[in-house]
Amino acid sequence: MPNYTLNINGKKVAVSADEDTPLLWVLRDELDLVGTKFGCGIAQCGACTVHVNGIATRSCQMQVSILEDVKITTIEGLSKDGKHPVQEAWKEIDVPQCGYCQTGQIMTASAFLAENKRPSGEEIREAMKGNICRCASYNRIEKAVLVASEKMS
Amino acid sequence: MKLHKKDNFSRRNFLKTSVLAGGGMLIGFNLLTACKLEAKMPVDIANLNFNDFNAFIKISQEGYVTIFSPNPEIGQGVKTSMPMLIAEELDVEWKNVTVAQGVLDTNNYTRQVAGGSQSIRFGWDALRQTGATAKQMLVNAAAVKWNVAASTLKASKGIITNQNGETLGYGEVVTAAALLEVPENITLKEVKEFTIIGQEIVNVDIDKIITGKPLFGLDYKAEGMVIATVLRPPSFGQKLISFDASEAKKVKGVIDVITIGDKVRKYAEAGKNNWTVKLSKSDKVVVIAANTWAAIKGKKALAAVWENEGQLESTEDHEKALMDILEGKNLNTNREDGAVENAFSTADKVIEKTYHSPFLPHNCMEPMNFYANVTAAKIHLVGPVQTPEYAAKVVADLLEFDLDKIHLEMTRMGGGFGRRLYGDFVYEAAEISNLIKKPVKLVSTREDDMTAGIYKPAVKYRIKAALKDGKVTGYHLIEAAVGSNMYGSIPNFFPAGCIPNYKVQTGNYKSNITTGAWRAPYTNFLAFAEQSFFDELAIELNIDAIQLRLDLLQNVKNTTDDRIEYSGQRMEDTIKLVREKAGWGKTKAGVYQGFSAYYSHNTHVAEVADIEIKDGLPIIKKVTVAVDCGIVVNPTGARNQVEGGVLDGIGHAMYGDFSFKDGQPSDSNFDGYRLIRMNETPKVEVHFVQNNNSPTGLGEPGLPPAGGAVANAMNAAFGKRIYRQPFIKELNKSSILG
Repeated sequence: MPNYTLNINGKKVAVSADEDTPLLWVLRDELDLVGTKFGCGIAQCGACTVHVNGIATRSCQMQVSILEDVKITTIEGLSKDGKHPVQEAWKEIDVPQCGYCQTGQIMTASAFLAENKRPSGEEIREAMKGNICRCASYNRIEKAVLVASEKMS
Repeated sequence: MKLHKKDNFSRRNFLKTSVLAGGGMLIGFNLLTACKLEAKMPVDIANLNFNDFNAFIKISQEGYVTIFSPNPEIGQGVKTSMPMLIAEELDVEWKNVTVAQGVLDTNNYTRQVAGGSQSIRFGWDALRQTGATAKQMLVNAAAVKWNVAASTLKASKGIITNQNGETLGYGEVVTAAALLEVPENITLKEVKEFTIIGQEIVNVDIDKIITGKPLFGLDYKAEGMVIATVLRPPSFGQKLISFDASEAKKVKGVIDVITIGDKVRKYAEAGKNNWTVKLSKSDKVVVIAANTWAAIKGKKALAAVWENEGQLESTEDHEKALMDILEGKNLNTNREDGAVENAFSTADKVIEKTYHSPFLPHNCMEPMNFYANVTAAKIHLVGPVQTPEYAAKVVADLLEFDLDKIHLEMTRMGGGFGRRLYGDFVYEAAEISNLIKKPVKLVSTREDDMTAGIYKPAVKYRIKAALKDGKVTGYHLIEAAVGSNMYGSIPNFFPAGCIPNYKVQTGNYKSNITTGAWRAPYTNFLAFAEQSFFDELAIELNIDAIQLRLDLLQNVKNTTDDRIEYSGQRMEDTIKLVREKAGWGKTKAGVYQGFSAYYSHNTHVAEVADIEIKDGLPIIKKVTVAVDCGIVVNPTGARNQVEGGVLDGIGHAMYGDFSFKDGQPSDSNFDGYRLIRMNETPKVEVHFVQNNNSPTGLGEPGLPPAGGAVANAMNAAFGKRIYRQPFIKELNKSSILG
């Protein structure tokens, strides 16, 4: 199998994977970074969201072979100690129910807030609509994004 | 404390203790059952014996408390709320409590099922008694040490104080306490003494969840583990004839391609029956690979030939079959009061309406998966399942294995909604590992998960009411469902006892499409039908929709009918609370309200939906909810369950649509199947009825009333009655959505 050098969470990592392997499965199977979740495999649910050069990206759609020159951040690298303002807000609001989709929600929210520091409620609802929460903890996600934006400004 | 009559459970309160080898006290206990007399307590945390006990509490010499809580966590919050009950009576500070997921050795388990919203209801007495008993033992040990009567001592927040003001931490007496007799006749706290119950306690797994730590079944890994994907018949009613694996085997990382099915057929042919088994008897093709991507690609590369072995059913067939049942074909009478026929023949007016709902997949965010390692000596199973002890028993039967040598560990579950009550993925994983003699993790893709489901059945209701002299004098409800029908006490829910002439009948159509429990089974749609119907009756009778319910509820308040478990008074209090909080009838122009109330899982819930019209389109702005679930153990967790339940109910009522064509599901992923998203959600405002009744279920009861509240608000806004889910299709058909 071909070898690739990826830049993940600020570190160069060498991986050996078939060229069409989605980043999602490289992270989960090869690098033990299982915080990035598998939900649908077709970029419809957002559970696998990571940052590629700071942009919220569905890792199930990114082939490993095209990712050598980009910076990838996963939930494990979002903050050193779990204290990114978005993570803190998630804790403060006690957002999760089952918790499965929440890392993807947090990655979408953190990329969004990096671009839009003081979003309106409507902007939050639009920005987060690509991420499904089957437990429907949507009210709390919405509130947590707002709380995070207050923490960040 | 006043207990609701149905909330009394007898329990011989046995627990056992030991001194841990590394220091500290270990308490083993069982929910709802006594420990075996001969049960031996472990003295090493690494060897907790979950055959004889189903939970443990460790108190360290430093006074820290670890609770090994084995109840499955599917997002309903019991991993936080159940230990709260122990900590309350043990009287320790919550910050000194750690909760660890207990490992399951299934042999002697009781109520390790997450379903039916019953975990807290069943654990309420047992868990508090365990905590209180342990506290008494610690106090007794301190009394011996000080040579005073235990009754002269006080204990609070992990510290025991004597009359001289001297103190001992729990940790200082744990070793002595562990050797004492277990006391009987423990007094539990009064509600007003609670310091943890009723506090807002954040989910105990929060730090792991927000940092992406391995928690879920799909995250599990073991040395030498391979990945399996399973190709199942594309249509219900088909079986495998042959397959060609040559392309699949060319995929890098694919190790082997095999078939499974023998064990399940043998199990079925032996006449064995376990309700968690819902497996096709067809052979299935299994791709074994070194990694998940190879397993997924390998499955796509398979070519298989399928043959029809049964009828290939379509939604049109079900429509017709269910309508035939509603016409009175092969009905079972579940409850009949008074003289129903007479009420209808003497009525001033008869109203009859029919309500329709589709199949629904569960769509847990974490697709079905399980780890199995079958060796000659033992079987190790790990993963997310709501019915672990059933799963272990079936695996023992399937593989003719000694149950004592099966070890099942539960992971956190990425949603359940009823789907993980059925262990098909556990049985498949075990059969695969048994054949390949390797540890294996079975992984479903979203497509596998959605198309080989155990669906909420398609259900229809026909409801007929007799009106006379401005009152509802007769009520007749018929349920037609694919697979099976409403069960238990559902026929005795509202309006049973409120209307003198009352009849509930059910009939079902046997299908080869697998159906099963889906969050709030049957009531998830029954509540919509019934509460829409009463809204219509209120308009017909020219009575306020809420007042009609309150008037009817007066008739059930002094019922002597033991079958009726909902309370007229509690429902009335709940409805009045939502009426006040929602500002019922006092909204500003352009806001349209709909009301709905429903009792299920021992909890009374009333909801008011507010709809506004923007650019001609209905926007569901807000849902106000009142809930009587007795004492609220953890308000933040409780509100979360209700908020999610309401939005889940609205989402599926609005958008949930799933059908079959020649046995094949209409959708296979979220591009076609629509789930509610954030921009479509209203604000949910939750209010709890304050009382001192024992806690009841919360995982499900918020859901059933939601669809009806929205449908009734739609009618208020547009004068358009909705009789069929999903609403979006009905709204599209009418001119409402342009």
